[in-house]
Amino acid sequence: MYSQGLIGADGRSEETPEFLAAFQARVDAETKIEPNDDMPEGYRRTLVRQIGQHAHSEIVGMLPEGNWITRAPSLRRKAALLAKVQDEGGHGLYLYSAAETLGVSRKQMTEELLDGRAKYSSIFNYPTLSWADIGIIGWLVDGAAIMNQIPLCRCSYGPYARAMIRVCKEESFHQRQGYEIVMKLAQGTPEQKAMVQDALNRWWWPSIMMFGPHDADSQHSDQSMAWKIKRFTNDELRQKFIDATVPQAEYLDLTLPDPDLKWNEEKGGYDHGPIDWDEFWRVVKGFGPMAKDRVKARKKAWDDGEWVREAALAHAEKRKARAQAAPMAAE
Amino acid sequence: MALFDALLELADDHLVLGHRVSEWCGHAPMLEEDLAMPNMALDVIGTARSLYDYAGKVEGAGRDEDDLAYLRGEREYRNLLLVERPNEDFAHTMLRQLYFAAFMHPYWTAALTSQDETIQGIAGKAVKEMAYHIRHAGEWVVRLGDGTEESARRMADAVQSLSIYVGELFEEGAAEGVDVLPSRAAIRDEWLATVKRVFDEAGLTFEDSKFPQTGGRSGVHGEGLGHMLAEMQSVHRAHPGATW
Ligand SMILES: [Fe+2]
Ligand SMILES: [Fe+2]
Ligand SMILES: [Fe+2]
Repeated sequence: MYSQGLIGADGRSEETPEFLAAFQARVDAETKIEPNDDMPEGYRRTLVRQIGQHAHSEIVGMLPEGNWITRAPSLRRKAALLAKVQDEGGHGLYLYSAAETLGVSRKQMTEELLDGRAKYSSIFNYPTLSWADIGIIGWLVDGAAIMNQIPLCRCSYGPYARAMIRVCKEESFHQRQGYEIVMKLAQGTPEQKAMVQDALNRWWWPSIMMFGPHDADSQHSDQSMAWKIKRFTNDELRQKFIDATVPQAEYLDLTLPDPDLKWNEEKGGYDHGPIDWDEFWRVVKGFGPMAKDRVKARKKAWDDGEWVREAALAHAEKRKARAQAAPMAAE
Repeated sequence: MALFDALLELADDHLVLGHRVSEWCGHAPMLEEDLAMPNMALDVIGTARSLYDYAGKVEGAGRDEDDLAYLRGEREYRNLLLVERPNEDFAHTMLRQLYFAAFMHPYWTAALTSQDETIQGIAGKAVKEMAYHIRHAGEWVVRLGDGTEESARRMADAVQSLSIYVGELFEEGAAEGVDVLPSRAAIRDEWLATVKRVFDEAGLTFEDSKFPQTGGRSGVHGEGLGHMLAEMQSVHRAHPGATW
């Protein structure tokens, strides 16, 4: 669903100053970098990490929402949720393909996810505890994803930028659908209202943490900005998101769980209270409430599916062998 | 009420199968199947919705698709035993899909000329989807049957365990005498031809069970259906009268 402030990428590169300057000039001229172009190793590595993390996030993100497909309270919602979760899988697929243009295979990336070397968005390490979570995730998590991803449609790396254009259209549909679920609940019975307020209370802070650490504490931002992989800083994106979301919550008479949230006339945006960075880092480092379960579920699917993948390969081999043998037999 | 009952049977088949297939979402053996299975689930759930909607209108008691799907218990569900069978593994899941689609494709094809326009409309959409399901599930049955030793064994197990539910497909059930719906018994030959074509390529043999399991059409199900419905209906039933 989303890409978080990049975790642990190392953008250093050792190419000659002339090469780096020429590359920078191409980027500055807004020329898209394509798979066969020369690029600094650090640029390539940063993108592999970022696109890989993004792809993994889409795939792991299928789990918390998939948790409610079988319990969706109406057939219309069930179908919409199934379609949404399927879209996320599709996003994963385009993103893995974009990363493959940089010379890593999907299999390799999958193995890194399963053995814990690769990260994915921490937001998916929180549990979905009620139907309202499905609405809140669409509204806030897909909403935050859009804030992050719209600028990525102009990312300097062509295949990533193009994947993002397609993904963003679907994410904004998810966001509207999520808001519509939330609206129904907020205007529903007292139990439905309580359910949606509870979900908002649990997801608000994790959602605004999705933009990553404050700019002052974000190590990899500068190089990514210079290479136009990133166009806005974490704090800029977070601010845009909050400014867009507060009125939407007010419209539904929902309370955002931040007593310090108030309009700041001077900056023309909302101020918010302190973010619990200890929690952020704890979850990023793999100690989120659902972290172990998410990876375990992905690993189980992968391991349980191994015989299927092997069979498909074996069958393809047999077919090929038969096709090669057939003309000879006819002679 | 024969038409209402017959529509419910069909709708229940589609919803229950869609539910089972949707249980795979996010847990498939490969990403391509994580896209294909929700797709198939969406097809049959979409058809179920149209059928419930129409059934509700035919009944004329003001029940909508959700009343029919969420507020009936397991003894009132009328689906085939085949579609409620648990996923077990990918081989069982694909074979169940092939068996169902190999039946529904000729069924909807026959329904294209129904005197009932709503049924015609539902059939027009479903017939294309069922052709895709036969192709997709059929290709997997072939790959697994003619893949590795393990996949061939699992495929043969699936044939063993699901074939006893085939006979029920051809029972007329509530549709007996409903002339706007096709005869189910008449579909047997075409069903068998489709399955045999796939099985030949997969190196599998189909044997009709001498003792087919039935009961779904009278609401006598396996033990799994009650659990499925308890899960499916839990949120809806916890909030009577709420809208979503
Ligand atoms: Fe997504
Ligand atoms: Fe995304
Ligand atoms: Fe999304």
